[in-house]
Amino acid sequence: MIITRAGFLTSVQDLGRTGYRQFGVSSGGALDSFALRVANLLVGNDENAAGLEITLGGLRLRFDEEQIVAWCGGEVDVHLGSMALPAGHAALLPAGKELKFSQPQTGCRCWLAVSGGIDVPLVLGSRSTDLRAQFGGFEGRTLRDGDELVLGKFRRPPAFAKATVDKQTAATKSISSWTAPHDWVSPAKRNPILRFVRGCDLDHFNASTLQRFTSETFAVSLDSDRMGVRFDSPELKRQGNVDLTSEAVAPGTIQIPPSGKPILLLGDCQTIGGYPKIAHVITVDLGIAAQLRAGDQVRFSEVSLADGHRLLVEREQQLELFRIGLSLHTS
Amino acid sequence: MEIIPLGDSALIVRVRDQCEDAPEETLDEVLRTLQQLRNAAIPGVIEVAPAYTTVALFFDPVAVAKARETPGDVFDWLAEKIRSAIASGSAFHRRRSAAAAPRLIEIPVCYDAEFGLDLDRVGEHTKLSAGEVVDLHSTAEYRVACIGFVPGFPFLTGLPKTLATPRRATPRKEIPPGSVGIGGAQTGIYPLRSPGGWNLIGQTQLKLFDPTKNPPALLCAGDRVRFRAITREVFEASKQGR
Repeated sequence: MIITRAGFLTSVQDLGRTGYRQFGVSSGGALDSFALRVANLLVGNDENAAGLEITLGGLRLRFDEEQIVAWCGGEVDVHLGSMALPAGHAALLPAGKELKFSQPQTGCRCWLAVSGGIDVPLVLGSRSTDLRAQFGGFEGRTLRDGDELVLGKFRRPPAFAKATVDKQTAATKSISSWTAPHDWVSPAKRNPILRFVRGCDLDHFNASTLQRFTSETFAVSLDSDRMGVRFDSPELKRQGNVDLTSEAVAPGTIQIPPSGKPILLLGDCQTIGGYPKIAHVITVDLGIAAQLRAGDQVRFSEVSLADGHRLLVEREQQLELFRIGLSLHTS
Repeated sequence: MEIIPLGDSALIVRVRDQCEDAPEETLDEVLRTLQQLRNAAIPGVIEVAPAYTTVALFFDPVAVAKARETPGDVFDWLAEKIRSAIASGSAFHRRRSAAAAPRLIEIPVCYDAEFGLDLDRVGEHTKLSAGEVVDLHSTAEYRVACIGFVPGFPFLTGLPKTLATPRRATPRKEIPPGSVGIGGAQTGIYPLRSPGGWNLIGQTQLKLFDPTKNPPALLCAGDRVRFRAITREVFEASKQGR
């Protein structure tokens, strides 16, 4: 795979690292791990295969050999030569032909899966790039123009590649007609409502602050990255304004620093922190959170912990049905 | 002991409310709880990690929902498993003699002015000479309470109270790896080139974090740590030896 234009910020990510939090290593991985799983399934990979996380578009790449590709994520124009490749469809990309990602109209990131996955060395059990500590992925860094990445061996039979081609119409010959549910492949929203379960440290906030958290709209700051989404306004007061003895934080945690401007932590967040935690975005909504960019307006809505778990279990059951459906399409 | 949800895929086991009164005892209890939770191998648990007064447990709710023998809430089921793991672990612990002594790691540090950029600042604040600061810092014994902030960064307890110095008002944009600093009542070592507001007093050549090794961090929670003052010559020699 040859990167002709690396774009704004593109990195190799899989589903992240586990087991090293005790050494301060974040879980990292695709910020919308579900989107990467779906993209991987569409091209016939293991769900955990490494793909590319493309932030704010601008990526162009080509392959030496024919490959199957699929992507999920923000609202981006992706072109295969002159042909548009919508999110959530598998496409057969001929050798030498360029795949181009525009800047997103809505959302911030998308994930590209390639048949065989990207073959970078496993570091601490994962192929994800840890950008802060500069290891893993491709040389521990974001991609640059001219980088060449090696692909893994594709284990599926050639029939799979043939089956990705739609047999019905010649015009869409190299793009599959079958796809995944819209919410899975295009989760970006400009003004989303993120569902949360209540935070660990509610005693650090008074009733009116908690009420403001669920009634007001929060504006995403420019100062957001893979560690977290920062909000410019409104500011939330902390009672006594004290920090806590540092303890674990997790992707989805919303903490309130002394400035009162909330920070919603994402996959590259530090492992422990001392700011009071007002809420935790539920796992099924983390994909929406990963799409937030400067200027977006967010509201928060509380759900019970049991509902958070139920939604996650239901989505997993739907994914299982999708897997079965895919195997019927491509066998 | 309290068990508190940290979102829908993690929870915090709070072993004690605070650690200031009995840091050693608290740390030992946190580490014991960590070990008990590891040994319990609860289905669906992905990993456990300690902090000052807590152990965090990360889990896959879908795997837990599958593993549950009885219907009921995922969180309640996990909390019950955790309570019983800790209860049976404690019984086991009482029968056993004292836990294995934590290992002692020695960290050679060059406290030359070139690395100890804030030795004067610490001296001014503590009303000690630079030499006295170095003596106090390098004769005390510390323990690693936890690793965090950045990979491999040890939060150490045991800084002599007289050395406590407030962080710099303006953090430095870039601190070289291996820098040893004092931030408030804590001391620590920067494993990676990173920004930071602690007062720098020296530097070590030891690598605190190396992702090509397993474990990737030189230190882990519970370790005893001592700093040994070395000369510039020894420091340079160890640099070449790496």
